[in-house]
Amino acid sequence: MKGKIHSFESLGAVDGPGIRFVIFMQGCALKCKYCQNRDTWSMDSKKEYEVDEVFSTIMKYKNYIVPNGGVTISGGEPLLQVDFLIELFKRLKKEKIHTCIDTSGSVDITPKIEELVNLTDLFLLDIKCINDKVCKDLTGVSNKKELEFAKYLDENNKNMWIRQVLVPTITDNEEDLVNLSLFIKSLKNVEKFELLKYHDLGKFKWKNLNLKYPLKGYRTATDEDIIRAKNIMKVEI
Amino acid sequence: MDFKQWAGFDKSGEWTNEIDVRGFIQRNYTPYEEDDSFLADATSKTKKLWDKVLKLYEQEREKGVLDVDFKTPSTINAYEAGYIDKELEEIVGLQTDAPLKRAIMPNGGIKIVEKSCQAYGYKVDEETDYIYNNLRRTHNDGVFSVYTPDIRAARSSHLITGLPDGYGRGRIIGDYRRIALYGVDVLIEKKKEDLEILNTDEFTEDVIKEREEIHDQILALEELKKMALKYGYDISCPASNAKEAIQWLYFGYLAATKDQNGAAMSIGRTSTFLDIYIQRDLDNNVITEEQAQELMDHFVMKLRMIRFLRTPEYNELFSGDPVWVTESIGGMGIDGRTLVTKNSFRILHTLTTLGPAPEPNLTVLWSNNLPEGFKRYATKMSIKTSSIQYENDDLMRITLGDDYGIACCVSAMKIGKQMQFFGARANLAKTLLYAINGGRDEKTGKQVTPKYEAITSEYLDYDEVMQKFDQMMDYVAKIYIKALNAIHYMHDKYSYEAFEMALHDKDVIRTMACGIAGLSVVADSLSAIKYAKVKVIRDETGLATDYIIDGEFPKYGNDDDRVDSIAVSVIKTFLKKLQKHTTYRGAKHTLSVLTITSNVVYGKATGNTPDGRKAGEPFGPGANPLHGRDTNGIVAVMNSVAKLPYEYAEDGISYTFSVTPGTLGNNLNKQIDNLVSLLDGYFKQTGHHINVNVFDRALLEDAMEHPEKYPQLTIRVSGYAVNFVKLTREQQLDVINRTIHEKF
Repeated sequence: MKGKIHSFESLGAVDGPGIRFVIFMQGCALKCKYCQNRDTWSMDSKKEYEVDEVFSTIMKYKNYIVPNGGVTISGGEPLLQVDFLIELFKRLKKEKIHTCIDTSGSVDITPKIEELVNLTDLFLLDIKCINDKVCKDLTGVSNKKELEFAKYLDENNKNMWIRQVLVPTITDNEEDLVNLSLFIKSLKNVEKFELLKYHDLGKFKWKNLNLKYPLKGYRTATDEDIIRAKNIMKVEI
Repeated sequence: MDFKQWAGFDKSGEWTNEIDVRGFIQRNYTPYEEDDSFLADATSKTKKLWDKVLKLYEQEREKGVLDVDFKTPSTINAYEAGYIDKELEEIVGLQTDAPLKRAIMPNGGIKIVEKSCQAYGYKVDEETDYIYNNLRRTHNDGVFSVYTPDIRAARSSHLITGLPDGYGRGRIIGDYRRIALYGVDVLIEKKKEDLEILNTDEFTEDVIKEREEIHDQILALEELKKMALKYGYDISCPASNAKEAIQWLYFGYLAATKDQNGAAMSIGRTSTFLDIYIQRDLDNNVITEEQAQELMDHFVMKLRMIRFLRTPEYNELFSGDPVWVTESIGGMGIDGRTLVTKNSFRILHTLTTLGPAPEPNLTVLWSNNLPEGFKRYATKMSIKTSSIQYENDDLMRITLGDDYGIACCVSAMKIGKQMQFFGARANLAKTLLYAINGGRDEKTGKQVTPKYEAITSEYLDYDEVMQKFDQMMDYVAKIYIKALNAIHYMHDKYSYEAFEMALHDKDVIRTMACGIAGLSVVADSLSAIKYAKVKVIRDETGLATDYIIDGEFPKYGNDDDRVDSIAVSVIKTFLKKLQKHTTYRGAKHTLSVLTITSNVVYGKATGNTPDGRKAGEPFGPGANPLHGRDTNGIVAVMNSVAKLPYEYAEDGISYTFSVTPGTLGNNLNKQIDNLVSLLDGYFKQTGHHINVNVFDRALLEDAMEHPEKYPQLTIRVSGYAVNFVKLTREQQLDVINRTIHEKF
């Protein structure tokens, strides 16, 4: 079983609890205008790895990531390569390694997805925007599936961290933030909610692909923006 | 034996019948598994006293040294009692009759004393100078009277370097705890019993030598008692409370520093021992936690004030006036209980009560099983002060048990049962260049070793280089052991550490502590030769002076087995070559990968190397990769360093690591979590030692420009900590140019 992988980060300290080994999968169906990893969209991967290879690379770092950290799969959209991840996670669970998937959740809940969810300790769920119209404009797809996915995780008592990127004038509308807040509060398995500041540090990746950066002219978010949004949302996790 | 001072102690086992400090500790200490919330602030007395010391520091910084007694050669009892402020001092005793006033110790060598006095505007007293130049031979004279031409050549070409032939070898830890536990009279009695064992039928040279040594040890113990009496204490009997225990122990350490100007004067593993006395007093409501901290603060203050008179050249090697008052803290017992006590916290807490400082050299013995509360407290103090080093207790406990301590930076030894013959290091990067050049020096062109066939091909061939490197290592190993045998024979003869050895068992384990400098340069050079194409540039005499590399090659420090395995095999090979040669007093051959700050000096003395390092550029310190070559992040470099085999480098493998606070996490709690995970991981990978620095480069740059703003800024270099502002500008730049990690 091979996986299309964009890159590895030998360890990060931000994508999940503790020290993480991060795998960036190749391929994404969404077209988020603020995407920091534009180069991960295409499904044509330069590099394919066997589960074995990836597993043994991770094992070199096991001593650092057990018991407080773990492995985080990011991307790209990890859930597009569900077979590969099932096989990898089965191996990781045997080693008692904490597994985490960073996803938009914008997929159909198939039996395969259900199996993967069972093998995953934590989901970092990116809700793009609670307002479907904004979401469609920002990502090219409806938020219906991702909200369904959140509910599914909740019903199955899966731990999740919910994150939203705060883009000034796009995802910071007061009414939307209030609705997002209500949605989060309706779930009982959200361990943490994070508002991420929109930044344009991934802009060069668009340029490298000779593409126009879609959010040209939009300003990046500041600490004040975050404080304002937090005050509106009043989510205490 | 029984003493009223032992009231309340568990007296089972053998510790009351013979000298057995470990037995005493194991039966009487209280493991502590909670957090730091019990700690008390500095008392007003402590603050007042520390202010006075800081003022003295300031004057010292301006003058280089505050004062020198240039007449009286230092002995244990050579000076009158000295004080900072008698009213305020809970723990008393200074090396001379005034604070920070340095003593001369000409037994090591009168030339060095003359030079160091001169450097600071003093002149050795005429009579003293006459005696040591004409009547009394020194260690330094002794060594040079027997050095052979090949040793001299290897030494002056920096092939073997930093040798303790002109300064005290140090790295011997007296078991100062014995004084507090038993009192001096018992120790003298036991030494007399040892003399009786040496009343043998075959009165051989070895026996006579040992009898003379023990005789001197007894005299030294007598001197110790007299010195303490000058301060108003009779230490012939055991200490009866916490204050006395610290005082007795400190008198012992102080006597060692009056007797020897050793390259590293470490104190051992004292904090948990002292906790037993402190806990007894706390339980009996004799003292409060505030007073307990006060005692430790005053003790540590004294340790911070230890000074030696040294030449500017010495400071170039080991910058920042280091003493290596290394204190080993924590660790686990072989019965599974932790050796962490409340006093392990108190001694680290001095970094708060007195502020950060390079001394004592606080060394946490890390085990995966250390209590979480202590792991978190130690790493918190690292994040705040960059003043702590960590060593792998799980690794060392296998061979050393649970009562060893660290001498200097990374050299572990069983306290009171083991000592080492410090051997500085061989420059293996230069050895490689000599292999290529048939033993000619790449800078001077001089034939330093016997003439070997040089490599003449345009491109370096890996197998040919390896074969010649192997031969050259044979040669270097031989000369190296010859030099060390001469040095330690003479050190024993003319500058024997009678006092420190009085606090050892009769039969000590001795190690011949050899060392390697330039490991990462050698590994990368061999990797370049193997995986890329390396073209040799020669001068008109055929001397290889530079190298041009064509192509990529794996570099040490990136968790790449192709090159890391080269580093591993160099260590193994060199140790085996050393083992071929007989050592003085049958010492066991050991090896360290440690350069302290001398990586700068060694680099200066070494020409262009086949890895692309330019002539004069510093080596990586200790087992570090060359600056900037570890590009795969923290964990990759940790994995590389951890591959180096401790079993072949039992004298220690030093790694210095710097990271920005933001990389560790966006708040203190997360930073602590992640630093704990990193240390757990590194040590599980069998890494031996790590210095942890947490700072931003900008801070160091600012400190370079405005030293007055940062009088206490402390950073860890290779195996010890320094006041950043006391480093030379060159060394400051070296530190700033090191990799400060910004990714995992």
